[in-house]
Amino acid sequence: MINILLARLQQKHRTMKYPDGAPPPLPDRFRGRPVIDTAQCPEGCRACADACPTGALDPQDPGRIDLGKCLFCTDCAEACPKQAITFSQNYQLAARSRKDLLVARERQAAEVAAAALDAKYRKLFGRSLKLRQVSAGGCNACEADSNVLGTVGWDLSRFGLQFVASPRHADGLLVTGPVSRNMALALKKTYDAVSDPRIVIAVGACAISGGPYIGHAEAGNGAESIVPVDLYIPGCPPNPLTILDGLLRLIGRIEDDINFQLSTRNAQLPSKNP
Amino acid sequence: MNASRPDFATLTNGQAVKRSEIPVLTPEVFGQAILDGVAARQRVSALFGASSPIPGATRIYAVLADDEQNLLSAAATDIAGGEFPSLTPRCPQVHLFEREIAEQFGLRPIGHPWFKPVRYCRSWTGRDAWGRPAGQPILPAVGDFYRVEGEQVHEVAVGPVHAGVIEPGHFRFQCHGEQVFHLEIALGFQHRGVEEELIGGPNARTVHYAETLSGDATVAHATTYSHVIEALAGCQASARAQAVRGIALELERLANHIGDLGALAGDVGYLPTASFCGRIRGDFLNMTALLCGSRFGRGLIRPGGLGFDADADRMAELGRRLDAGEKDATVAIRLLWDTQSVMARFEEVGPLPRKVAAELGIVGPAARASGLERDVRRDQPSGIFCFSHIPLSTCESGDVFARAFVRWLEIQHTIGFIRDQIRSLPSGAPRVPVKALAPDSFAVALNEGWRGEVCHVALTDAQGRFARYKVVDPSFHNWPGLAYALRDQEISDFPICNKSFNLSYCGHDL
Ligand code: SF4
Ligand code: SF4
Repeated sequence: MINILLARLQQKHRTMKYPDGAPPPLPDRFRGRPVIDTAQCPEGCRACADACPTGALDPQDPGRIDLGKCLFCTDCAEACPKQAITFSQNYQLAARSRKDLLVARERQAAEVAAAALDAKYRKLFGRSLKLRQVSAGGCNACEADSNVLGTVGWDLSRFGLQFVASPRHADGLLVTGPVSRNMALALKKTYDAVSDPRIVIAVGACAISGGPYIGHAEAGNGAESIVPVDLYIPGCPPNPLTILDGLLRLIGRIEDDINFQLSTRNAQLPSKNP
Repeated sequence: MNASRPDFATLTNGQAVKRSEIPVLTPEVFGQAILDGVAARQRVSALFGASSPIPGATRIYAVLADDEQNLLSAAATDIAGGEFPSLTPRCPQVHLFEREIAEQFGLRPIGHPWFKPVRYCRSWTGRDAWGRPAGQPILPAVGDFYRVEGEQVHEVAVGPVHAGVIEPGHFRFQCHGEQVFHLEIALGFQHRGVEEELIGGPNARTVHYAETLSGDATVAHATTYSHVIEALAGCQASARAQAVRGIALELERLANHIGDLGALAGDVGYLPTASFCGRIRGDFLNMTALLCGSRFGRGLIRPGGLGFDADADRMAELGRRLDAGEKDATVAIRLLWDTQSVMARFEEVGPLPRKVAAELGIVGPAARASGLERDVRRDQPSGIFCFSHIPLSTCESGDVFARAFVRWLEIQHTIGFIRDQIRSLPSGAPRVPVKALAPDSFAVALNEGWRGEVCHVALTDAQGRFARYKVVDPSFHNWPGLAYALRDQEISDFPICNKSFNLSYCGHDL
């Protein structure tokens, strides 16, 4: 017993102050919201779109990145001859609608943060939102960094947010993975087992668009093919801070705008392929 | 058989040879050579189908690992027609491999004792080993399960969606009261068709497939993939890049082992270690993020070397964080061994006897916990592990305690290894150019991921494109070990048994 108490003293109090205090520091090589300076693009250049593994850059119109498909891999930035694409430290990536995930130069000022649920839902879920996680064909990293929010450092339950064991106890689903063919029915049944009103959160490129598996015969292109989605949290996987930011915006605990200050500090790019 | 037997070509880890150098044997000689090899304590690292130059035939390749001689060996055989003789009755460790060949290529392994699909998907050839009509949908985990009959026997079915934040899979228990007579595990829910899509690569997606084969083993799979590419392109990552890859591989091991020990503590209701380790695991993931910005090592490992170099300040910071993490982890984990109630729940639960572990071809900490001395870092070293050795950690009892304790031993050795690497990081280019891949070649690479042996095998075509890319995640070897460990256990012990293996569903399902 004395050992447990000594260990407890040694381990200290570790729950972060965020969102009342500063967010936990992100690594300097963290790759957040991309910034594209299309003014620099040479005429007809498609180097970034050709390098992109998921088609997040539209080959017809490179210069727009679909965050829903983006793996934040920086292959595009590496391929760019002009360094027109950079990745910022901005982690506030979640959005309430699929089209809000588009990053383009002319839209930069208009990029909108995820809005809170409307008044009726907020009254129901704002102080207590229980989620059933459904993992449906991804690589397990999105689950891992959602699950980590339950540890003492993040302490998700202080916001009334909790992962629960049964859809019958849940107010909504948190879906990861592109929805493999073999999980489509299970996802549908789990959704049906949650009573109305319910919400669905898609975490990670897979669950939003299929991610690295876009277009596979054995996997769907995200949760939306099976269930309606209320919140999209991009990343491969999203940093836990990105997931928490999205969840807190949804329940109305964070309402400030996207911090574009963060967008000016560029993350380091990987060493170029010589 | 020993590795120099002329009917198998010998290779070393990370070597590429011409496909013409891989002997093509008759099915009888091929099968007998595998049986002889396994009888001489070799292991089947990979056994898989590919297309054959003979029209209508399927070529099956085997890669055996001879851990005592530190060599690999490979051979192939052509199977014409729709069936081949199953080796499983005499060599249990190939049983899932044979089911996989059946599922992917529509070949029936004649005499297979438990002939069921692996991932519940259509074959690549249009021929179906079970004769299922083309239009009929294939439903996951639907089919006959092993059943125990009797008045007091009942069946418990769990999954695919589980109670925790965890991947999907289906478990069928045959129980007599609390006692489990038999557990059968049906997977495939995470199947997203990666192996099929790897054919024709490498392309813009390939490295991202490698990084997401099993997200918690990103570094292990990406490193193995890079070794395959470097073997085929005839280049070598610098000593510096190899050292950083080794550091990243070991950080991945630390994060997962520490997380597992915390989760095991949680499953027996011992909350101090559960909550401490849950957080400390995150500190180790953040050390990986210090190297490359991603907690899972995305972008760090690239063919030719590294995506991100490691500067001196960064390494100094890593050293400081490692010291702090070691202190926290040591305090948290030692509590387990000092707490009688925890030990009572760990000891003699979920035993996997050494002999069974060997027959099933178990790898990684689960094998070492059953007393098997196998570790790719020692037996088939590549990269930094050719120069820097990590002592092998084993236990004898093969129970939950042994699988937990082996992790603790590995945590300690691994921290020492990382410290050494930080201290003596060699200079060198972070990344060297990678040329076109050699055509008509065969390359195999192995690495000891935190769960055990990660094996990738590539076959290139006349243009140097992948004609086949085979991935064997350690979980593919180890799921049957979990099923066995549950025999005669209380069903309520399933969570800790499961956690003590902590296998990957997506790595198995691909
Ligand atoms: S960072 Fe995103 S947009 Fe750029 S190449 Fe990678 S996936 Fe495509
Ligand atoms: S989005 Fe990326 S990290 Fe998340 S499950 Fe898919 S592949 Fe894994």
